[in-house]
Amino acid sequence: MLSRVADAVYWMNRYMERAENVARFVDVSFHLALDLPTLSPSPWGALVAATGDEALFRERHGEPEQRSVLRFLTFDRDYPSSVVCCLAKARENALRSRESVSSEVWQQVNEAYLLVRDAESAFASAPDDATPYELFAAVKKACHAFVGTTYLTMSHDEAWHFGRLGRLVERADKTSRIIDVKSYLIEEGRAQSPGTDEIEWAALLKSASAFEMYRRRHGAIDRHKVLDFLVLDRKFPRSIFYGVRKAERSLHAITGTPLDGRATRAEREIGRLHADLEFAEIPDILRRGLNAWVVDLQTKLNAVGDAISESFFLHDEVAEAPPSREGEA
Amino acid sequence: MRFESYDTGDFFDEMFEAGGHPRPGAAVLAKRLAALDEADLARRQEAAERLLLTMGITFNVYGQQAGIERIFPFDLVPRIVEAREWETLEKGLVQRVRALNLFIGDIYGAQKILEAGIVPRELVLSAASYLPQCHGLRPPRDIWCHVVGTDLVRDRDGRFYVLEDNLRCPSGVSYVLENRRIMKRTFPQVFEASHVRAVDEYPGRLLRTLQYLDRRSSERAPTAVLLTPGIYNSAYFEHAFLAQQMGIELVEGRDLVVSGGFVNMRTTRGLQRVDVIYRRIDDTFLDPATFRPDSLLGVRGLMDVVRAGRVALANAPGNGVADDKVIYAYVPAMIRYYLGEDPILPNVETYVCADEKQRAHVLQNLDKLVVKAANESGGYGMIVGPQASKAERDAFGEKIRENPRNYIAQPMLGLSRVPTLCDGQLEGRHVDLRPYVLYGEDVWVLPGGLTRVALRKGSCVVNSSQGGGSKDTWVLRA
Repeated sequence: MLSRVADAVYWMNRYMERAENVARFVDVSFHLALDLPTLSPSPWGALVAATGDEALFRERHGEPEQRSVLRFLTFDRDYPSSVVCCLAKARENALRSRESVSSEVWQQVNEAYLLVRDAESAFASAPDDATPYELFAAVKKACHAFVGTTYLTMSHDEAWHFGRLGRLVERADKTSRIIDVKSYLIEEGRAQSPGTDEIEWAALLKSASAFEMYRRRHGAIDRHKVLDFLVLDRKFPRSIFYGVRKAERSLHAITGTPLDGRATRAEREIGRLHADLEFAEIPDILRRGLNAWVVDLQTKLNAVGDAISESFFLHDEVAEAPPSREGEA
Repeated sequence: MRFESYDTGDFFDEMFEAGGHPRPGAAVLAKRLAALDEADLARRQEAAERLLLTMGITFNVYGQQAGIERIFPFDLVPRIVEAREWETLEKGLVQRVRALNLFIGDIYGAQKILEAGIVPRELVLSAASYLPQCHGLRPPRDIWCHVVGTDLVRDRDGRFYVLEDNLRCPSGVSYVLENRRIMKRTFPQVFEASHVRAVDEYPGRLLRTLQYLDRRSSERAPTAVLLTPGIYNSAYFEHAFLAQQMGIELVEGRDLVVSGGFVNMRTTRGLQRVDVIYRRIDDTFLDPATFRPDSLLGVRGLMDVVRAGRVALANAPGNGVADDKVIYAYVPAMIRYYLGEDPILPNVETYVCADEKQRAHVLQNLDKLVVKAANESGGYGMIVGPQASKAERDAFGEKIRENPRNYIAQPMLGLSRVPTLCDGQLEGRHVDLRPYVLYGEDVWVLPGGLTRVALRKGSCVVNSSQGGGSKDTWVLRA
């Protein structure tokens, strides 16, 4: 397939995944704020911190408060990671790859964007304490429908694998950011009452849609097990390990290299990351410091992203390009 | 919905005879429409527009930023063409396209028609769309105009006339297909009773037309691509739609590269050879090495590969010489010259301002005529004499005197009308008709077409950029 189109399919999926994560994240923080009104720092502060754009937020809006955080993360057209910007970019990439994805997929992305665009004007004229929570539920649903539509209406060929690759790389990154919220709370050095701590860990799980599945797997809330579930669980589709492993499989499906071989830099980068996670243990991670571990993981995920781009999307040198091959993966 | 108060006015109405009786082919439709109440009709209209938006069937407005997309307004009441009438149109279009194709080949070849004095040499060679770079070009199977969209209008006398031949990159066919899909979803019960011919065949026919151009004897199927200027082009939706329906890659200029004497596209597995390019960018942007050096949309060196016969372009470059509005006046003569036949479809009577006698007539009768610039489209560069002020006419007369080659004049036509939903009422609105013709192994006319409708009361301007909309076009089975 065309490099430019592979790039577009990959990013369409990344942005859809990102939009869903932002929506879910905001939703959970809202519920946390209702449960723990005196929580300090406020979940809104934690939410902004987790975006990695806290400085930008404070520069524009000052102290994080409900409405300003909601607007920033949902409707701010100048903030590239807001839900509306993610969906606008997903849609632009869907347009660029429109002949390669099914009509149903395109329509799903288009409708998700229109949903938020329409809510945007409603929110602007709503009272100060208005909260677009129904919108978050709708965005999550639209993004789930997108994944399902992709699965059911497209051949699981090269384009599909580029899409899944983008989605999983993004998801691993976002789950690591959700974990980072907790590391932020820990590193605040706050004394934690047992009740509050449990609510927060549960909220953390809910931020990754993981609460129910965690209960089924481990039962009682235990911080080691929560981290283990989100980082290393082999079956939960939002765990970092799951994302990295399936992303690696898609990468190999694209190149046609067997799983134990590595033909491109992208395969080497993700293979290394997979191996790291394969032998990781939570006590070690905590000993090193959760935040330091998350930062290191995100650096490695970025390296994977860069390598994918270099290996497949940028063919500047005609002479160095491998000979064309017939047929699709 | 009641038709008692519907006024056909002083025009040919596509649905009703002068006395208010539905035409034979429209009887079922009229009856069904009459049985719907106004609120129901309005609701269906709204549903159709919402569908267009969510399906993303939109066009970009020129000169505006990304995200400014509009739907091409769609009116629920279809336009009907009866079987026998269509048969004549079909024959006339096939004849006309064959003659035009021979003309283009002749102009870039032996120029026999100029030798014979049938078309004045200076008119052809001075056409802005004549490309000397195409001289000596021999496209595969001598086909130049693979995809044609001919604009037809029906005058008060009930006859169809050819208004314009679009031989370069005619657009709009995606609306024909999508309008039909929306019509079936919003109006199924009306549709099923009317014996309408299907239009779904188009993408498959287009793909075969393109693949027919690859003459290498090879076991693998030729690789065809669709070349688009990109997502900000006003017709991008159509480009993506057609590529998707044909299952071919939608490429931009930057995806293609000339290497080793062939055109290749940049894929995730390196370069892959391209055999046929259905290009939807203008001639002069195709190759900066041959045409406009500032083009960023094209492919450097493309024309060398075309000349070597190693890639086919559809449509061929240089076709514009035959749809120039001045050359248009000579198409009936071309049909007689190349085919030895009488034209089946008439031209609108046309005065060529380059001719001294005809120019004098035009200048004296500016208040009765419509004057158009030879190489403009979209309703630009023209004056509608009867609706213009004296000052406007005088100013336009001056332009004609300055550059007579650039202008033609035609009598004011009274375009036919179709009932159209306007503020909850059905009122007559003027329409034209663009059928689509494919020239491959044979010449094929899509049984349907784009009916564009001027939504503003009294207006005859059907262009999407100027308040036009569209309707589904029903060609009835015999």
